Amino acid sequence: MTSEKPNSLTASKKGLEFRSETLHCIRNYFHDRDFLEVETPIRVPTPALELHIDAEPSGAGFLRTSPELHMKRLLSAGYKNIFQIGPCFRKGEKGHLHHPEYTMLEWYECPGNYMSILEQTKSFLLHLCRQIHSSTSLHYQGHNIEFDSDWPEYSVCQLFHTHAGWDPSTEFDQDHFDEDLVTIIEPLLPKDQPVILKDFPAALAAMSALHPNNKKIAQRWELYLGGIEIANAYSELWDAEEQRQRMEHWSAQRLTQGRESYAVDNDFINCLNGELEAGGIALGIDRLVMIFMNATSLDELIAFREDV
Amino acid sequence: MYDTSDLKKGLKIEIDREPFIITDFQFSKPGKGQAMYRCKIKNLISGSTSDKTYRSGDKINKPDLMDHTMSYSYYDGENFVFMNDETFEQIEISEDLLGNNQYYLVEDMPCSILFHNDKVIEISLPNFVEKVITETEPGFKGDTSTNTYKPAKIDNGYEIHVPLFINEGDTVRIDTRTGDYADRVSKA
Repeated sequence: MTSEKPNSLTASKKGLEFRSETLHCIRNYFHDRDFLEVETPIRVPTPALELHIDAEPSGAGFLRTSPELHMKRLLSAGYKNIFQIGPCFRKGEKGHLHHPEYTMLEWYECPGNYMSILEQTKSFLLHLCRQIHSSTSLHYQGHNIEFDSDWPEYSVCQLFHTHAGWDPSTEFDQDHFDEDLVTIIEPLLPKDQPVILKDFPAALAAMSALHPNNKKIAQRWELYLGGIEIANAYSELWDAEEQRQRMEHWSAQRLTQGRESYAVDNDFINCLNGELEAGGIALGIDRLVMIFMNATSLDELIAFREDV
Repeated sequence: MYDTSDLKKGLKIEIDREPFIITDFQFSKPGKGQAMYRCKIKNLISGSTSDKTYRSGDKINKPDLMDHTMSYSYYDGENFVFMNDETFEQIEISEDLLGNNQYYLVEDMPCSILFHNDKVIEISLPNFVEKVITETEPGFKGDTSTNTYKPAKIDNGYEIHVPLFINEGDTVRIDTRTGDYADRVSKA
């Protein structure tokens, strides 16, 4: 193989080798812990409804933006610990940290919640780092990320209160939140350890359960590595009525904003009946590989970045 | 109108009726948040730079920019007159707008002139221009080193820097983008 990249190949050989090794280690990790690897439809009748995620139409339906809805239907059918690695599609998301077609790892634990998922995530990434780098830490862009440490956990609302001067749990403003998150909060996050941003304002609960004692905040966290958002975890909301109301609200808001809206997935809503305690997480494999190989752009590890 | 999916480095846009070029572009989107298109922009008239963030759904004005090739005709004592080779239409461009470019003009030189809303905002000359040296200290024979420079004047009195071996009457090539001497075309 020459150093030139033939056939508009985007990735480096190192990138594809890191990707292959990472996928291999991930599968081993979850199989060794008795997780069932599953595959759910990539083409779906209606995508997971969210306010700010747009789906690509495909045939009479859409390409999935995440496998979340089907994964929860499996939980509802009695499956306990499941994982999936597969492609997801998000319209218009393109940049050095975004690609409209990317690979997601999702796993769910039942019984479980967002904090049990955090323990698993710590064990998983430490294991991955040991396997790939034969060390408990890795170098990323001038920082040494130590996985074998107490990962700092920050309350989102507190961070905003201290550094941006407002509390998103009492006066939520999406424009303001996104801009302050990207321009003020994220640059402040330590880069020498994995960082957890947790307890998001209820307005950003998405499909997570609210805190039983404080309905203003959601049982949701995000993981940052080297200042880059890597994963999003929930205590899963298991309340059909509340989930339906949230989705109908987002659907109406999307229409108000003049954007395409999607039907609420009734098969998904109906699976949320009954008692079930589960935690789940979605982790971007492309970004994970990027950080593990100390690259700054997804170009390094996506074989072909087709512009469609 | 452009929408946010058109944004990229190098795109020219219009804000408050002024033309800008995007000099740096970053797509950012918190997982559950809105897409933000963060741009560094440069004003094509003043050259000043600033930051601008767009969100999905924003519309961005397209500037009415036209590029015409026009030939330099003459200096009327106040302005430089250029002529469109196809329409023979003439325009006047001030010394201020031309800046140092005014010293490199030669008659009939084809220049690329950028108009915004029919107003000239930028003049691009050919990358190299040939000029005769009219005044400089005599050169040292045999000194062909190109890393020692001396002042020299070209026909319109403008001063440039040339290697020591250049003499009065020599024709040299100047890089109009930097104002630097490039090479000698012919000896006096």
